[in-house]
Amino acid sequence: MTAVTENNVMKTIVFRLLDKEYAIEVDVVQSIEKLLLMTITRIPGVPSYVKGVINLRGMVTPIVDLRNRFDLPEMEYNDNTRIIIVNLENFDVGLIVDDANDVIDIPVNALESQPEVVGSVESEFVAGVAKIEKRLLVMLNLDNVLRPIRNVNADEN
Amino acid sequence: MDTNQYLEMFLEESKEHLQACNEQLLELEKNPDDLAIVNEIFRAAHTLKGMSATMGYEDIANLTHKMENVLDAIRNSKIRVTSEILDVVFESSDALEEMVIDIEEGGSGKKDVEKLVTMLNQIEAGKSPLAVVEEKTVKTVSEEESGGLVYDDFEQTVVSQSIEQGFNAFELKVILRDDCLLKAARVFMVFEILEKAGEIIKTFPTVERLENEEFDSQFTVVIITKEDAEELKAKVQKVSEIEQVEIRSVQFHSAAFEVATTMEAPVAGPVVQSAQQTAKKEPTATKRSSSAHSANKTIRVNIDRLDVLMNLFEELVIDRGRLQSIATELQNAELNETTERMTRISGDLQNIILNMRMVPVETVFNRFPKMVRQLARDLDKKINLEIIGAETELDRTVIDEIGDPLVHLIRNALDHGVENPADRIAAGKPEEGTVTLRAYHSGNHVFIELEDDGAGVNRTRVLKKAIERGIVTEEIAETLTDKQVAELILSSGFSTAEKLTDVSGRGVGLDVVKSTIESLGGHISIESKEGQGSLFQVQLPLTLSIISVMLVQMQKEIFAVPLSSIIETAIIQNSDILNAHNQRVIDFRGKIVPLVDLREIFDTGLPEEPEELKSVVIVRKGESLAALVVDSFIGQQEIVLKSLGNYLQSVFALSGATILGNGQVALIVDCNALIK
Repeated sequence: MTAVTENNVMKTIVFRLLDKEYAIEVDVVQSIEKLLLMTITRIPGVPSYVKGVINLRGMVTPIVDLRNRFDLPEMEYNDNTRIIIVNLENFDVGLIVDDANDVIDIPVNALESQPEVVGSVESEFVAGVAKIEKRLLVMLNLDNVLRPIRNVNADEN
Repeated sequence: MDTNQYLEMFLEESKEHLQACNEQLLELEKNPDDLAIVNEIFRAAHTLKGMSATMGYEDIANLTHKMENVLDAIRNSKIRVTSEILDVVFESSDALEEMVIDIEEGGSGKKDVEKLVTMLNQIEAGKSPLAVVEEKTVKTVSEEESGGLVYDDFEQTVVSQSIEQGFNAFELKVILRDDCLLKAARVFMVFEILEKAGEIIKTFPTVERLENEEFDSQFTVVIITKEDAEELKAKVQKVSEIEQVEIRSVQFHSAAFEVATTMEAPVAGPVVQSAQQTAKKEPTATKRSSSAHSANKTIRVNIDRLDVLMNLFEELVIDRGRLQSIATELQNAELNETTERMTRISGDLQNIILNMRMVPVETVFNRFPKMVRQLARDLDKKINLEIIGAETELDRTVIDEIGDPLVHLIRNALDHGVENPADRIAAGKPEEGTVTLRAYHSGNHVFIELEDDGAGVNRTRVLKKAIERGIVTEEIAETLTDKQVAELILSSGFSTAEKLTDVSGRGVGLDVVKSTIESLGGHISIESKEGQGSLFQVQLPLTLSIISVMLVQMQKEIFAVPLSSIIETAIIQNSDILNAHNQRVIDFRGKIVPLVDLREIFDTGLPEEPEELKSVVIVRKGESLAALVVDSFIGQQEIVLKSLGNYLQSVFALSGATILGNGQVALIVDCNALIK
């Protein structure tokens, strides 16, 4: 957790998938794009949560649908659908989310480890949960959500 | 002198000169009587000496100076070239290389070269270099005897050359007052004055010790200047707290010369020495000016700048594509004309930029002869390395990556390929093995081949090991062709050497070679005949960034097929398609070519109505062909290759992506993956 300021709060971007709210550190977020303004080029032979690649100002950037990744029901993309571009250590990836409109400071001590049962999201993706004024925010472990895709072979599909 | 800004240039040039030295030395080994080669080496060493002295790397200057002396003796036929001598010279050039690399890595470039210097001295004296006698200690000239400092050969040369050119060389003995408090500060002030007047070439004690005040009350400085003694003395005396300044011009006593001149000429003394120096200098000077004439026409450009230029140009290519598609849409005659002209000009520009980045493979190849020589000695084998096509050019980015894989292949060929002289004679081959390194252009690719006339790949041994390591099963092993068996040695975790040697055979080698080459968009194949030798062929793309492609459409999606793999496009009828054992094939110009429906492979969906005619692109990988079925052809275009990034590390049959004129991303088909 690198985004700890002197007040021990973590600045996060909050986004929505279905009815749950998730948070990722603001440091890794490069930009937030409107999905409908983008053209996604499908890539054959990759897991279904990889929706394809987009031209992000001259950079070819892969796009992952988080609903798909978390095995949530799919939904038509609409005017609220956003792509959050995150910079991880070795690569950039865009995350498709239902909505992204909030920046919240999470005090570090409000962050708890994940309760045994938290819902449908697999626990390896979750770094912790935080309760902020009746809102439950799920902090994501992006390194696990976005493990590089290797050795995809058409024969195996 | 602030030399930092010249450091990069110094490093580059030193490497070049050292390389030239090495190459010529190898030549000399083959033709020991060719004095023209000695001249070349001499010139390289001479330049290196001058540069390193200017930059203040004394050890390098010292060693090159000694080398130069030996070479001079050789070219004046005073001594004869023997392999013993060459070994020492090679070793010296290795030491020089080490020092240069040390400097590059931020070191001081210092190294103990005393032993080499002594050996070179021995050679120069006409003795065997191995008999390292204590003659070193004969360097007797103590400070008292000469009434001044001890000058090494290099410093003597500098001084005598400066005197020839009308400079004065003085020894200044500065004596500080006993009550002087800030000795280092006074030293600094004296130096400041002297540096304005000329060049300081030597101090006693050393500068470091002066700065640390590790001296009593006096120090000596040797300076080369145009000013006369009195003037200089007066200037220095203006510094306060100085007791006395003694100045004397530098004169070499014959004793000081003994070591340097014993074998050059029986007569000692500065006059003779200077005469020799002039004689020595003149031919090199004239040669230099003629080579400088042609050197004028090139400039050095930092590769980073070229990268920036390339990146900018890539942006331009994308926009050019966009402009073209807009122009086609608008159908405005004037706009069309302008875009066409722009396309032509940027096409030329592209060629120029790409060519600027092209470097002859020579830059990689030229370190191999020495490596092979050394390795062959270590392995006790006799090997002759032939290099063909070293002038073949490749993109700089490819060049940077290709060195290590090639080193590995060569080591492999030497260690595992070529047999021991005894085995070779027993097999009825010449005692000396031949390894040929060949580079040539073909189409949009450069091929680098490494051929040896060694033992070749032993099928049974390779298969046995491959089965042991679980790389193939026994059933499959039976069916493999010799070529496929040979290529097994590229798989990871494979090493056929019975025992590990430090040359190769760590078992991680060849698969690393394979993956490096594939990451460059290249391809490696092996052909081998047992008992007759092996041929490793590496195919590399000419350039990595801008390629020509054929855009094809499949339903709503556009894919790019690299032109380099395309043989031709064709429209075939359904009736042309034959079925051969689960595989649809077509008869293409008398060859049976398997049909691959890209729309199935890439899941794009098939057209709703059954087609009467099919559009196919015939592609190849080496000798094999395949016909890729697509919906329609769009046309040929220059595109900028972009990687899919580290998140999608390997996607089947795709080698990357590009951005089209309309801003959309199109995927690039990797034809090599589609052909088995």
